[in-house]
Amino acid sequence: MKTRIGRIIAGTVIFVLAAIIPAGQVWVKPCLFAASYIIVGYKVIWKAVRGIVKGQVLDENFLMAIASIGAFALGEYMEAVAVMLFYQIGEAFEDYAVGKSRKSITSLMNIRPDSANLKTEDGIVQVRPSKVKPGDIIIIKPGEKVPLDGVVIDGISSVDTAALTGESMPRSVETGDEILSGCVNLSGLLTVKVTKPFGESTVNKILDMVENATMKKAKTENFITRFAVIYTSIVVGAALALAILPPLFIEGAMWQDWIYRALNFLVVSCPCALVISVPLSFFGGIGGASRDGVLVKGSNYLEVMSKVKYVVMDKTGTLTEGVFTVEGIEPAEGFDEDQVLRFSAMAESFSTHPISVSLKDAYGKSIDESLVSDIKEIAGKGIEATVEGRLVQVGNRKLMENIPHVSLRENAGATSVYVMVDGAYAGAIYLADKIKEDAASTIAELNSRGIKTVMLTGDNQEAAQRVADKLGVTEYHAGLLPTDKVDIVEKIIQSKPKEHKLAFVGDGINDAPVLARADVGIAMGGLGSDAAIEAADMVIMNDQPSKLGRIIKISNKTMKIAMENIIFAISVKVLVLVLSALGIVGLWAAVFADVGVSMLAIINALRCLKTN
Amino acid sequence: MKRVFLLDGLCCANCAAKIERGIAKLDGVESASVSFLTTKLTIVFDEEKEDKIIEEAMKIVKKIEPDVEVEEY
Repeated sequence: MKTRIGRIIAGTVIFVLAAIIPAGQVWVKPCLFAASYIIVGYKVIWKAVRGIVKGQVLDENFLMAIASIGAFALGEYMEAVAVMLFYQIGEAFEDYAVGKSRKSITSLMNIRPDSANLKTEDGIVQVRPSKVKPGDIIIIKPGEKVPLDGVVIDGISSVDTAALTGESMPRSVETGDEILSGCVNLSGLLTVKVTKPFGESTVNKILDMVENATMKKAKTENFITRFAVIYTSIVVGAALALAILPPLFIEGAMWQDWIYRALNFLVVSCPCALVISVPLSFFGGIGGASRDGVLVKGSNYLEVMSKVKYVVMDKTGTLTEGVFTVEGIEPAEGFDEDQVLRFSAMAESFSTHPISVSLKDAYGKSIDESLVSDIKEIAGKGIEATVEGRLVQVGNRKLMENIPHVSLRENAGATSVYVMVDGAYAGAIYLADKIKEDAASTIAELNSRGIKTVMLTGDNQEAAQRVADKLGVTEYHAGLLPTDKVDIVEKIIQSKPKEHKLAFVGDGINDAPVLARADVGIAMGGLGSDAAIEAADMVIMNDQPSKLGRIIKISNKTMKIAMENIIFAISVKVLVLVLSALGIVGLWAAVFADVGVSMLAIINALRCLKTN
Repeated sequence: MKRVFLLDGLCCANCAAKIERGIAKLDGVESASVSFLTTKLTIVFDEEKEDKIIEEAMKIVKKIEPDVEVEEY
């Protein structure tokens, strides 16, 4: 790279010198131009010769060599050197730009941990993360990257998850918390029990995904590489025809004139601007998205995302927190609120169901599990247990069906839990799932883009409607079983026009078939959920639905820039071809159509890295 | 079967496309993809013909981009 820039500078100096010295002696100018040409272009010529030997005729080195040598032969020394010089400047710039965007994306790769401090019988040993096995104990010092996924068994600290989630606020961890590889330990010393081998750890999965994203090419990319082949063949063919036919058939046509015009064609025939700027745009888009905490598994998904007209979302965990909170307690005669909550929390103390967990959280005090016995499930209704010697039953409305003389009030939209003690109704607890902070603004943004928003949930009609009304979704379906979700998505896909795409957003639990069926499957809260990372086409690393709006923005911008580049490059090239054929413009314009257009397209493509 | 190679020194987007097309046409190759931006070549192929396919693929790379160093990723 350095020697190349040196050559370009030396060549340019001699070139300018040759251009400005007065044409005194006949041989000085051509010699200087020739010197400049050789300094700048000997490598290109050499590559061209080697290409011919190997049977690679139409490569860019060959085209540039022919065009510039032809110009020399026609006595257009200055233009001959200019073709080569600007071609080399363009190449150098291309390398620089590509290197720069490579770097900005691989800076994400800096999360790859180099070593782990493994605790062994002989003390702490530094080993490669891939050598650590699940069950091993590792020590993470402040400032170090977390090398493998695990559970904190000792220590308190805060960790920076920015590389994984795009979230700038550090997260605090303490004993018992799960910790993900790829985070940076900020303050305290942590002792961690490893839960996954390095290959399955979060950091390795993310790296794999980003590295492989450019392998899944967008249709636009494939189109452009196919187009490039045809384009070059046609333009080179046209150049040949231009050099030979008019002088033969048009009276008074000069060979020199037409060969000069044909040389223009050769310079313009390079498809570089197209072939590089389109993938670079997508690469930039993917990089920009991952910096925002959205992992995209392929360029093609950015393309599809820009055509999304339907966004189907799972309710729980996607639009809502998936954590229930107690909104109200209604005790029956002879009971008080605290009693109802305590009985239900104790009866549910061995369950991990989200509702049980929230009952225990609401109760807040530690539960003496020795006071709870004989736990039995009442199929489809709830649970029963002996608590402090009394029979406690906790369940849904069906539990109350055979209990006479109790008028039950349904709390609109909330999930109700009924409690009975010794066969008598003791009271009801109303729980609601909290809607995520940015859910409503996200739906509003999607709606304003003309995207239909559809909410799916297994919850009852009232609970679904309450959330749907608050969010303003276009459509919702309640009371669904997991398999119903696939059917609904299938139905929408059947009924929509083919060019309108459908995205499904879920938390990755139980919805792998839907994620797979949608045109783009987006998993939310991908952190730590393997199923989600595997099944989805995109992963929103934190829990914010607002990233949906971001990714649509990034996709649109990427597509717009890619299209701009295609249209710009093709139209400038066609224009210069036409003007060259007519003899209006010369090699200078051709050089611009090749190198100048490439540079502008690359600069434009780099904009994909940043979306406001 | 899938193998990934790093094409160190790959510096021309059009050549990357040519390499991709050339390898994809080889007998027994299911798919070939060259990412110019990560300079990685991924080949998915029939395992029985592995030796021949890899040999041919390396020839194609060397023919189109003689200066590229290929290493297994």
